[in-house]
Amino acid sequence: MSGLELTPIVCAGALGLVVIGLFGMVISPHLIRIILSLAVLEGGANLFMIMVGYQPDAVAPIIVNGVIPAAMVDPVPQALVLTAIVIGVGVQAFAITLTMRLRRAYGTQDVREIRRRMEQDISRAAGVTATPGSKDEPEFPHPRNAAVRMGRG
Amino acid sequence: MRKATSLLFLIGLAFLLTVIAAQIDFGHAPLIVGKGINAAAPTKVGSANIVAAVVLAYRGIDTLGELAILFTAAIAGGMVLGLRNADAAPDPEAGFILRTAADLLFPVLLVVGLFIVFHGHLTPGGGFQGGVVLAAAFFLPLLAHPGSTMNHPVLGLVEGLAGGAFIVIGLFGLLDQGEFLRPLLDKGALGTLWSAGTLPLLYLAVGLKVGSELASLLAHISEYEVLD
Repeated sequence: MSGLELTPIVCAGALGLVVIGLFGMVISPHLIRIILSLAVLEGGANLFMIMVGYQPDAVAPIIVNGVIPAAMVDPVPQALVLTAIVIGVGVQAFAITLTMRLRRAYGTQDVREIRRRMEQDISRAAGVTATPGSKDEPEFPHPRNAAVRMGRG
Repeated sequence: MRKATSLLFLIGLAFLLTVIAAQIDFGHAPLIVGKGINAAAPTKVGSANIVAAVVLAYRGIDTLGELAILFTAAIAGGMVLGLRNADAAPDPEAGFILRTAADLLFPVLLVVGLFIVFHGHLTPGGGFQGGVVLAAAFFLPLLAHPGSTMNHPVLGLVEGLAGGAFIVIGLFGLLDQGEFLRPLLDKGALGTLWSAGTLPLLYLAVGLKVGSELASLLAHISEYEVLD
């Protein structure tokens, strides 16, 4: 199979990774899974960017033993992907540190639960009492909350 | 309801991406600048790895911005996590295999990391990749001996000096040739270790900076107390 025939397959794979990553980020309520989905999304985007510079008859843009090849693939997308990977690492590392901090503060990594607790903290700090029975109501803890406090979060 | 709308959104996005991808003529690079760089880089920059020439010479200032982003992430991570509580319970001891492997792997990782950094202008790899391997070399002992701590002041000094060196080399280019980060010095013979002018020096600075930043970030993460 020549390189050009494989192109639609790899292209579909790259776009599929982007969609899978976004799907995970939207659907999953767990922070670590959201970060992993972001990594998958980045992988798909990087693969797609590399694909754009691809030529079937060309080699990698590196000169070996002083022989300049007849055709080399576009080096600009590769340099961009290098930048994207490094920035992705920085973003993921920062996201992980924030997740660790949240886990320490609230004992959970569920975004819905964290949202509830943050809303409560904010309304308590602002001196606002939430309407009884609403999801921001601080007085009646959610059953999940009690489980988290007992160390099963 | 929320899941249904998310699914609808994703189907729409997948369709949009497919339509955009179908417009691209794969196999024929859409950027003409790539061909020009491929033709000019070996003689103008003197680097056998043309991606390195793009990263450090043609878009060197972008790389400086990228280093700034990594620096910000490392600083922000350290600030968010803070220092370890002195009275926190010690982390569990590492196993025999990890301790032995850490001692054995440290010199190997050091040599591999420095090799990748020094050959960044000749082979695939470079400052970023080699820097990550260097960071792994200095982080591994921390995993193997949980009680020990990273020497953060020294890491900060290495990081600051490396970042300063990158900017100073760029400023020399500005003063000498009128362009920031323009490659200086003798280009040498294509494909030898001492070639491509200031590119190896820039990649060495990048490698040290990335290595110390990542090592300090990983150390901050691993020194953070486990929950209660």
